Formats: sequence, structure tokens, C-alpha cells
Amino acid sequence: MEFRFFYHFGAYLLMLKGMFSKPENPKMYWKQLMQQSVDIGIGSLGIVFIISLFMGGVTTLQTAYQLVSPIIPKATIAQIVRDTIILEFAPTLTSIVLAGVVGSKIASELGNMRISEQIDALEIMGINTRGYLVMPKILGALLTIPCLVVIAGFLGIWGGKMAGEMAGIISNDEFIQGLRQELKIYNIFFALSKSYTFAFIISSVSAYYGYNVQGGALEIGKASTTAVVVSCVLILFSDYALSAILL
Amino acid sequence: MIELRDIKKGFGDKEILKGVSATMESGKVNLIIGSSGSGKTVMMKCIVGLMTVNSGTILYNDQDFTAMDEHEKKAIRQEIGMLFQGSALFDSMTVEQNVMFPLDMFGKGSYKEKKKRVMECLDRVNLKDAAKRFPAEISGGMKKRVGIARAIVLNPKYLFCDEPNSGLDPQTSLLIDKLIKELTLEYTITTVINTHDMNTVMESGDHIIYMYQGVKQWEGSNEEIIFSKDEKLNDFIFASEFLRDAKEMRQMEMFRDKNWRERLPGDKPGK
Repeated sequence: MEFRFFYHFGAYLLMLKGMFSKPENPKMYWKQLMQQSVDIGIGSLGIVFIISLFMGGVTTLQTAYQLVSPIIPKATIAQIVRDTIILEFAPTLTSIVLAGVVGSKIASELGNMRISEQIDALEIMGINTRGYLVMPKILGALLTIPCLVVIAGFLGIWGGKMAGEMAGIISNDEFIQGLRQELKIYNIFFALSKSYTFAFIISSVSAYYGYNVQGGALEIGKASTTAVVVSCVLILFSDYALSAILL
Repeated sequence: MIELRDIKKGFGDKEILKGVSATMESGKVNLIIGSSGSGKTVMMKCIVGLMTVNSGTILYNDQDFTAMDEHEKKAIRQEIGMLFQGSALFDSMTVEQNVMFPLDMFGKGSYKEKKKRVMECLDRVNLKDAAKRFPAEISGGMKKRVGIARAIVLNPKYLFCDEPNSGLDPQTSLLIDKLIKELTLEYTITTVINTHDMNTVMESGDHIIYMYQGVKQWEGSNEEIIFSKDEKLNDFIFASEFLRDAKEMRQMEMFRDKNWRERLPGDKPGK
């Protein structure tokens, strides 16, 4: 897919606009939303669980490695781990991994439906395919990805605590004491804002590339890769933009 | 009845349909034939609304489809059933769920009533036993039959079939043709088939439109095809020695038939 920014941006906006029409049968749309929420949410739990634990553990070890001054209390390590995970690692790292897992799944699923004429079959039946196929994916992602980010945050901090204790760097009590020091609720709001933005980017960009596949099996793979790459770039760009605006 | 009036369609500078006019009558199997790149698939996609025409008019029972808004088009589409070349079955659903899908989306009535209708349709295509199987677990011919069952489940007025015989053995092809023909007569549907298959042309085509380089080159019945003097049509239909011999034999048979001698057809040139 060649790089034609304005063409793709225009087509992307038209796809989003096209999602909004009266559902042919709200029950079927609801069923589809629930199915997508399960696919995206439950389907990604395993990978989120693994990366969060290691992300927290590594953050603790590396923070402790850099804080060698005896003047700095050990509880500061927990404070840094907590804020790093809440502000950056849980929303951004999790979303980048989800761009790969969920984004490629959405793009290849829709791409396959396009190539095998399933989307045409739905259109012929008189179904708004953008509304029936794309919208539930975006809503499903908006419902579940922030939950996954919250879970990633908790697991990351827990992983950090475990790693600190196992390595003999910081005791459980000191870690918990550090977690309680100067917690800013705004940081959690910031992390959730990022997670909603990233969820929208991952689902809508991947759906756009999958929905507009033309050609054969090779193009599905290409669309899937493009969807992941573009999603990751947009996640990093919006991460910077949100940090500059909200912090 | 579907009527096409001077429809034109192009992509960029390339003109695919160069002003095609034709009529497809209800209760008849209407065939669109032509070599690859002649514009028959584009024509079918324009008729069902998957592509928009550049100019011209498409009428469904005298209602101008090209001038309709999305809402009105949706209403017409619910009267259309379509069998796709690759069947286009939903992979994640069983055969039964595939056929049930249009009923779930648009049909009224209880689950029991819907299930009864699904079973009727599956029975009609001889696939009642495969109801619980997934598309990946059935053969190409069975997939086509599921596609037909899904297409007729809402009692459509129009049935479109894109290459219904592609990838099938001759016996299964005949079965599919027979089924489509029977359904067309049974429900008085306007059936439009896009095909390359000469068996379909000779056995079940009531009305044939031959497309050549985006233009309707010839139009007539399958009996008239035998006597057609259109060179392009003859080159396309009777491409091999075997088919030319078969044509001559058929001509002789028809000459022997007194009724046929009395109404010897002439060519009806296209626009």
C-alpha cells in the first residue's frame, strides 16, 4: 500500500462517518459487540499478564541499579516504579503490544472477509458493514483496552514488588510504603486518557487497513503489517502529544 | 424484472461498460456470458449496487435503483439473494448459522419458526445433514449449495449467481444448474447468472446476454445461439472442435423438429 497520506486520511474519516446509521437489528449489533469485547479483552489477557509482570520487575531492578546514593531512601524506588508504570509503561507499552496482537487480528480478519467476499455478501443483504463489522470492534477496544491497561498497571507494580524482594533490593514493607507516598490521582486519569486514545487508534486504524484490502492473501499480510506499524507510530506520536498537553 | 438502460462504467480512463442495455425477465434464468475482461462481473456488481454506474439507469420492477438513496437501496437489497463465486460463507458460523443469519438480521418470528425455515432451505438444497458443520468441513459443491440456501432463505425476488460452477466437477455443476433453474421457476425469481460454463448456457439459460469488450454483442435464447451467425459469439461458445461438432448435431436435431423449423430464429444484434 503506497503512502498517500491525504487519500488514506480522507478514506479513514469516511469509514468512521459510515459507521453511524440505524442498526438493522440492534440485538445482532449487541451480540457482535460482546463477541468483539471478549475477543479483544479476554483474548489479550495472557500476553498482558506476562509483559506487565516482567515490565514491573525490570523497572524495579533498573531503578535500584541507578539509585546508589545512601541518602535516597529505598521507598523511592517503589515510588519511581509506580509512577513510571502508571504514566508510561502500563498504557503505552501495553498498547504497543496490543497493536501487534489485536491490531493484526482485526486487520487480517476484516481483510480475509473482504477478499473472500463476505463483506460484499453482507452489503448485498442490505447491512451497513462499517456499522456491523467496524463499530463493534472499536467499541469493544474502547471498553476492554483501558481495563487491560489498569490490570497491566496493577500487575506491573506487583511484579516490581516481587522482583525487588526476590533480588533482596527492597523489602515488601518498604515497597508498599513507597507506593503510598505522594500518589497523584491525576496520573491515573492521564493513563486512562492515553489508554482510550490508544484503544481508538489500534482498533480504527487496523479496521481501516483490513476493511480496504484489495487483492489476495499476500495483501492481507501486508495490510496487517501496515496496520501494526501505523498504529505503533500513531501511538508514540499521540503519547508525546498527550504528555505535552496534559502534563 | 430488471432493466438496464445504457449503463456505462469506467475506472479512470478505462471504460469497462460502454453503454449496455438489456432486460432480465422474472421466472427466467438470465445469463451474462463473455470472455475474461469483457465486463460481465462489473456489470453484475453494478446491478446489485456493489459498484455505482457512471451513467445510465438500472430499473428493478420499474423502480430506478440508480436514483435511490441508501435507505431505499437497502429495501431493494433485502429482496436480493446472491451466490458468490467463492460462496462467501461466514467461516466462524456453522452451515445452519450461515443460513439463519439473514433471518436473524431481518426476519421476524420466533427462533423455532426461523429454524424451521432454515431447515426447509437446507432440505431444498439437500444439505440437512450438514447443518452443524462448519464451511471448512464441507466440499466446494456443498458450499455453493449452502450459499444458495442462504440466498433464498428470505424468499428473494432476484437471485444473482457469480460463476456458480467455477471449481466444480461437471456432475456437481449440473446439479447446481438444475437447482438454480428449479428455484427460479418455483419462486418466480429473476435469476441472473454470470458464467463461463457452456453446460449452463446450453441447458439452463433461458435468456443469454453475450458481452464483448464492454458492449452487449448478442442477446437471445439458448436455442437461438445454435443458429447464430455472430462470429464472435460462435468463437467464444463453440471454441473447440468437440463443441463445434456438438453444435452441428444439435442443429440437425432441431431441423428435424417440425416445430422448430417453423420458428427459425434470427440474430438479435446488441446495441
